[in-house]
Amino acid sequence: MIRIELPAHLRTLARVDGEVKLDVDGEATQRSVVDALEARYPMLRGTIRDHVTQQRRPFVRFFACEQDLSNELPDAPLPESVAMGDEPFLVVGAMAGG
Amino acid sequence: MSGVRVLVGTRKGAFVLESDERRERWDVRGPHFAGWEIYHLKGSPADPSRLYASQSSGWFGQLIQRSNDGGKTWEPLGNRFVYDGVPGTHLWYDGTPHPWEFKRVWHLEPSLTDPDTVYAGVEDAALFRSTDGGQTWHELAGLRTHASGPSWQPGAGGMCLHTILLDPSNPERIFVAISAAGAFRTDDAGKTWRPINRGLKSEQIPDPTAEVGHCVHRIAMHRSRPGVLFMQKHWDVMRSDDAGASWQEVSGNLPTDFGFPIEVHPHEPDTIYVVPIKSDSEHYPPEGKLRVYRSRTGGNEWEALTKGLPQRDCYVNVLRDATAVDSLDSCGVYFGTTGGQVYASADAGENWAPIVRDLPAVLSVEVQTLA
Repeated sequence: MIRIELPAHLRTLARVDGEVKLDVDGEATQRSVVDALEARYPMLRGTIRDHVTQQRRPFVRFFACEQDLSNELPDAPLPESVAMGDEPFLVVGAMAGG
Repeated sequence: MSGVRVLVGTRKGAFVLESDERRERWDVRGPHFAGWEIYHLKGSPADPSRLYASQSSGWFGQLIQRSNDGGKTWEPLGNRFVYDGVPGTHLWYDGTPHPWEFKRVWHLEPSLTDPDTVYAGVEDAALFRSTDGGQTWHELAGLRTHASGPSWQPGAGGMCLHTILLDPSNPERIFVAISAAGAFRTDDAGKTWRPINRGLKSEQIPDPTAEVGHCVHRIAMHRSRPGVLFMQKHWDVMRSDDAGASWQEVSGNLPTDFGFPIEVHPHEPDTIYVVPIKSDSEHYPPEGKLRVYRSRTGGNEWEALTKGLPQRDCYVNVLRDATAVDSLDSCGVYFGTTGGQVYASADAGENWAPIVRDLPAVLSVEVQTLA
């Protein structure tokens, strides 16, 4: 079970409060986690990564275990503590004014 | 009892303002989609309860929202806007080729007859259509792939398709306008397009009378006379009497012919409204006086409408989609400002009063006249 924290605007859009908890098929990676997230909440498609390129949107960041994982490869395994559900996977709106 | 519903898109959310036909007391609802940019929202002429909204953010991209109850509740729809085929390039600000990249939806134009059909004008400039109530979107690629496409260049606000006019007398005919490519028309429901910019003169481009490259800010028509078009260009107010085949300047005695919106009176096809702005680098009213100008002669002869509008120290702008008219017997005229005011006149512009004064910067205003 993976714990995911979404930014406030995406929680509102997905109509969820607090953390999202998801089971992921296979290894826990950025791609498999976001795939599972979009499957559960289709309204999030296109908001975290581009519809076509599947690239993370430039002002969205992925943090976990006090590390910025944004520039890790999408299929790189997430930290064990995230895969085990001990630590959340954070989807963060980048600090960019506004 | 009849009434009006004013749909306001702002930099930080959408607002729905409702009144009875007297248009004196207003119920203000919102912000919907708080914190998001709402470039435009508009109701279906075929079903006034059906509204569409363009919601976007620099962080999370584009969303489309739909309401089936007049704006009380909303549901997110499809937001996959993908250009047809290999998009190719247009010109960038520095004149170099730049790939076509989807950025946002500027304008949503619901069909005149089918609540489930809606058009979307997007940046980088292209026209999309949904026929399933906004769930899926398909590009009408004949516009973007026009032979002139590689030479289109963005205006200061981006290369946006911001105006979509559906001809009520001919379902095959659509007019669009793009900053800064110009105006285009299709007569075959979007398969093929032709530029309709003859008569426009823009000193800001190398060939002032070029076929494309003009920074058209908005076009308006009266539904009873769809062959007559009125245009607010970057500079110049223009008129066409032949569905855009040729244009004549009708700026006349305006204090400045720069501006963004243009609107037509719902019952008088030759009565038009503009909001003059000082210049392309000073986006506020001349002399700090907020004045709507009205022509009752289809242009050239203009009168200032000022009662109830600030006549000193006013330095707001009125953006291209931020004016609207209702169709009650005594015509209502509305506009929103970048200072967050939405002004209304219930007597065709003679007297004005703010509905709200302190919204976020207003990007768009639309009005529905309710039976």
